Amino acid sequence: MQIARVVGTVVATQKHRKFEGAKLLLVQPLNIDDTPRGHALLAVDGVGAGVGEKVLVVLEGRAAGEALGRKAAPVDAAIIGIIDTVTIHD
Amino acid sequence: MQLARVIGDVVMTRKDESLAGITLLIVQPLTPEGEPAGRPLVAVDAVGAGVGEEVFFVRGKEASFPFYPAEPPVDAGIVGIVDRWDLG
Repeated sequence: MQIARVVGTVVATQKHRKFEGAKLLLVQPLNIDDTPRGHALLAVDGVGAGVGEKVLVVLEGRAAGEALGRKAAPVDAAIIGIIDTVTIHD
Repeated sequence: MQLARVIGDVVMTRKDESLAGITLLIVQPLTPEGEPAGRPLVAVDAVGAGVGEEVFFVRGKEASFPFYPAEPPVDAGIVGIVDRWDLG
């Protein structure tokens, strides 16, 4: 799973039926030191995350579908939790 | 599957219900020589691993299989603690 920060929301009226009612958010993957890593991507939100929050994102199709609670959903990324703390032990 | 070292942990209160009771750890993938290989990632723990231990983990939906019949939405999971490895 990837740590990321929610940086935006996405609205799409015309979409695959499996996306009906799903919330789409723009998330920026982060390195362990909170610096941005790569490009932002779209993830479905299964936990009620909001802009600015640090979240855990699953980057695998079937797992993302599970998070959405729908089988065979055409998704490849989903937010599965809002992070309280990240601890690195040196 | 890949060798890794556990370097940290992640705590979440608000999360997918099927993640209840599952430990989330940060793993640094390793080369066979024990050097860091790529970037750290978050993995679920199926074997009771702890910080500082060398482990192996699986990527993909298969990471949820140790928790069957629950199907937590995860894409990486620790499935073994490595005692040692040897290079031929």
